[in-house]
Amino acid sequence: MSRISNEEVARIAHLARLELSATEIAELAGEMEAILGAVARVQEAAKSDVVPTSHPLALVNVTRPDVVRPSLTPESALSGAPASEEDRFRVPQILGEEA
Amino acid sequence: MLTYDEIIEKYEPALGLEVHVELGTKTKMFCGCPTEFGAEPNTQVCPVCLGMPGALPFVNERAIESTILIGLALNCSIAPMSRFARKNYFYPDMPKNFQISQYDEPICTDGYLDVEYETPEGMKTFRIEIERVHMEEDTGKSLHVGGATGRIHGAEYSLLDYNRAGIPLVEIVTKTVLGTERYAPQIAKAYVKELRDILRALGVSDVKMEQGSLRCDANISLSPRGSGKLGTRSETKNVNSLRSVERAITSEMHRHAQRLEAGERVVQETRHFQEDSGTTRSGRSKEQAEDYRYFPEPDLLPVAPSAEWIEELRAQLPERPSAHRARLQQLWQVPDKEMAAMINAGVVGIVEETVAQGADPTKARTWWLGEISRLANEREVEVAEMPITPKDVAEIIALVAAGELTDKLARQVVEGVIAGEGKPKEVIAARGIKVVSDEGELVAAIERAIAAQPETAQKVRDGNIPAAGALIGAVMKDTKGQADAARVRELLLGLLA
Ligand SMILES: [Zn+2]
Repeated sequence: MSRISNEEVARIAHLARLELSATEIAELAGEMEAILGAVARVQEAAKSDVVPTSHPLALVNVTRPDVVRPSLTPESALSGAPASEEDRFRVPQILGEEA
Repeated sequence: MLTYDEIIEKYEPALGLEVHVELGTKTKMFCGCPTEFGAEPNTQVCPVCLGMPGALPFVNERAIESTILIGLALNCSIAPMSRFARKNYFYPDMPKNFQISQYDEPICTDGYLDVEYETPEGMKTFRIEIERVHMEEDTGKSLHVGGATGRIHGAEYSLLDYNRAGIPLVEIVTKTVLGTERYAPQIAKAYVKELRDILRALGVSDVKMEQGSLRCDANISLSPRGSGKLGTRSETKNVNSLRSVERAITSEMHRHAQRLEAGERVVQETRHFQEDSGTTRSGRSKEQAEDYRYFPEPDLLPVAPSAEWIEELRAQLPERPSAHRARLQQLWQVPDKEMAAMINAGVVGIVEETVAQGADPTKARTWWLGEISRLANEREVEVAEMPITPKDVAEIIALVAAGELTDKLARQVVEGVIAGEGKPKEVIAARGIKVVSDEGELVAAIERAIAAQPETAQKVRDGNIPAAGALIGAVMKDTKGQADAARVRELLLGLLA
């Protein structure tokens, strides 16, 4: 299997908004390779007769009826927010994109 | 610069339309929060839709049923097994930092919608193929503070209201649509209009474009004729009315053609429609493909609708809008030309609702196609988007029938309702509109008119009936137009007999 490059780790870190040092990136490249190697072994075991699954439970269609349940009050919804204004969550300047 | 005709001669347009519909369920997609429009900020939120750690999503059954209904109405296949996926991105409108959507296993695929459009060569049917219909959740609303225009650019910070976050959203995506040729902008509009009518008939959404419960992203590309491949497309967002769909596509076709003619390339990017100028403005460039790192949503189980469930829903499908229109035309005895006018103005559904409120079909049609269409044109909006309801119109028609309003006064009431002065009764009260039906008052006004114009009165007495017009006019003026002209005429001719 292909090696995980430092660039790939840096790109994934950026997508996840993680700030990593060059040392950490190099370390993680090695670790990610080990993890992917382990997953690859599972893939070998899963032959074509094994149905791909995204969930360990063999259940489908678990739903709830369309019935309103009480919401939080704005006070309690905002109680953990670092900043709020006019009953809204206040967030820092959003850069780089136009909504 | 090329004219539109020249553009069509040299280039072939290819359309792609993505429509987002907010479902009209009572609760959100994955939690029991209510979905009322216009509620106070952050009053319809809970740990699930705020993305609090440990909160788990729980699928709304009605939302799944609504989506299957939409898929069936659009002739789609319903997948026997479909899954939710996480679309990861960092943006404060999604408090979880991901949106639950569907990716490679959407619930409905491969459908179509036939759109009728009246071209100068006659009525034509265009088949718009649907690639997929999938479920997801809406995002919160941001308010940008600081900066001049309320836009992100130049804002100092933003304020978030998550009432809308988590409202069930259905995305309907077409395949690339070729062959609409010069009618590309009109067909796109007709498609969204037909889709809106279907969604309304299904009762799955209130489909109000002005409130954002139906939103359209319009993709367009031009390819030089004979080149055999598609051109680069642009994607225009913020297209918030039917009229804007047509304008945005027309404007993009001109912009693309201008670039291509100048030997420049069209950049694949997101653009924003500007309602005031009718043009689009560049948003973010898609040169660097977004990486949403979709993966199956581990907190939700697959949706696997059984054949029985699907058939149960299929049995609930209402009549197709085209068949429905044909039936109404016969029922109401509408001439073909008038019916085409109603379809083009998009008022069939509204007229039907007005009739359902007790109005006479011909009167209902006359109001919506006449006075209300005229006012809509003045304001450059679709008739369906006018701030007057079928119930209002039915009420006004009933008041005219009861003799409490004349046609002329009724038009003032319609105008008042549209101007936001309230419901018909409120407008009537506030404007002091009333038919002068007190016969004593009318007779007194008629006698005053006769006294003021004795010679005219004499002519009428001598059998010159048309001369009565001047006297009736004086009475109407005297009563500030609030008298029933037919009754005035009757009384006047009686007095002068
Ligand atoms: Zn909630």
